Amino acid sequence: MVCQDDLRVDGRGCEDYRHMEIETDVVSNTDGSAKVTLGHTAVLVGIKAEIGKPRPMVPDEGYLEFFVDCSANATPEFEGRGGEELGMELSTTLYKVFNNKHSVDLKSLCITAAEHCWVLYVDVLLLQCDGNLYDAISIAIKAALFNTKIPRVHISVDEEGGKEIELSDDPYDCMRLDVTNVPCIVTLCKVGHRHVVDATLQEKACSVASLIISVTQKGTITCVRKVGGGSLDPESIFEMTEAGKRVGKALHAPLIKLLQQEESLGKKRQKVGFLG
Amino acid sequence: MAGLELLSDQGYRLDGRKASELRKVQARMGVFAQADGSAYLEQGNTKALAVVYGPHEIRGSRSRALHDRAVINCQYSMATFSTAERKRRPHGDRKSTEMSLHLKQTFEAAVMTQLFPRSQIDIYVKILQSDGGNYSVCVNAATLAVIDAGIPMRDYVCACTVGFVDETPLADLCYAEESGRVSSLALALLPRGGQIALLQMDARLHQDHLETLIEAAMTACKGVSKVLDEVVRQHLQEASVLTGE
Repeated sequence: MVCQDDLRVDGRGCEDYRHMEIETDVVSNTDGSAKVTLGHTAVLVGIKAEIGKPRPMVPDEGYLEFFVDCSANATPEFEGRGGEELGMELSTTLYKVFNNKHSVDLKSLCITAAEHCWVLYVDVLLLQCDGNLYDAISIAIKAALFNTKIPRVHISVDEEGGKEIELSDDPYDCMRLDVTNVPCIVTLCKVGHRHVVDATLQEKACSVASLIISVTQKGTITCVRKVGGGSLDPESIFEMTEAGKRVGKALHAPLIKLLQQEESLGKKRQKVGFLG
Repeated sequence: MAGLELLSDQGYRLDGRKASELRKVQARMGVFAQADGSAYLEQGNTKALAVVYGPHEIRGSRSRALHDRAVINCQYSMATFSTAERKRRPHGDRKSTEMSLHLKQTFEAAVMTQLFPRSQIDIYVKILQSDGGNYSVCVNAATLAVIDAGIPMRDYVCACTVGFVDETPLADLCYAEESGRVSSLALALLPRGGQIALLQMDARLHQDHLETLIEAAMTACKGVSKVLDEVVRQHLQEASVLTGE
């Protein structure tokens, strides 16, 4: 399956990604959304911002809530409650990777300390599964966070001293999130003696185990996890970590450039969505 | 919504349409390569994605298999971000189960199930954005997906939701109209023969108005069927260009 000369079944090198398409602002009911297609894997992320109470341990920060919906569209096995297990696994990893103050500036989500804060509900919808879900989801989340427009709030104190929150009427008066520190997840699968990036379902079936690494723009690794039934020796883990760091770091710059380009088109951009 | 008239004196609705005007329908077939059939349909601001798997062997208990025809299995679900207020569970609640049963009933009337005994056809519909007429958009999207899967049907199945306001039937209701005090009726039609596959109404309506309302629904459905037919022919033309015929 994987030759010594860095060539895979579909002609890619060991560290090459499949054709990726990213589009933001596809769902208008949300505050931010993004659709990512990576080969045959398709993921749709919608972010809704709601006002809630901050967590008691960190009263001056907002937080993110993740929900992954493995829909039956992807495969009939996900019908009914079949996709819940995979959904739980994906969302617990996403919590670890994204919901901390190093990745997203949670302090900017605070409105009034210990009383009100913004809660970002990140909903991931899996439309098609062809391997490498973590990568596609993390890229979609980063794109959706970039696209999120949180309305500005004004806090007014009325006569009895109670606080009233007013959302700004102007739809363009909004706060944007800083996504420079948001990491991207790279999944490396060990197939035979080599490791591959962006494995399809076929390649995953041949792999022993995989390593999930989340890497920021600067090349800092924020989370490492081994998944899969087989076992890996420490040397391969070290090799895979180095490769993951390299690949992950290289993902960020073109992604931000693409997002900024899309944003600069503004209203003139033709929204394609699924119709293209 | 108080003070907003659903139908103004000049005959315009909230979004500027006339009483019998449908929303803009845009659709595309073959959206996903892995499924047997798939389609995406937008009707105004309501967006639905339909995916069909089958016909294949019965999954789960063999006892559900029918000896002379295929079992149609439908699931309706909404994305959690599809509505203005975030939905906690995508499916499994009463409304989704009810919609799934309606879809099953609708497609059992149209799909030629007797050609595939002892097998199962799965139809999964997902609402990505909800702005009224969810059932109708699902049926229209699912029709295209079933055609994309190559499963034989007796006719297109077209659906439309109509409402009755001020003695006038309004075709293709949006969310604002559905949540107002409108008696709404959902109708699924097989246009060529004029056969009704599903008729549902949960509001009070005077018996004298029922016929007008059904007539308006049937006209609207025939309008939708023309659009769907156009989409299918366009898709077929594109496919034949690619294969060089």
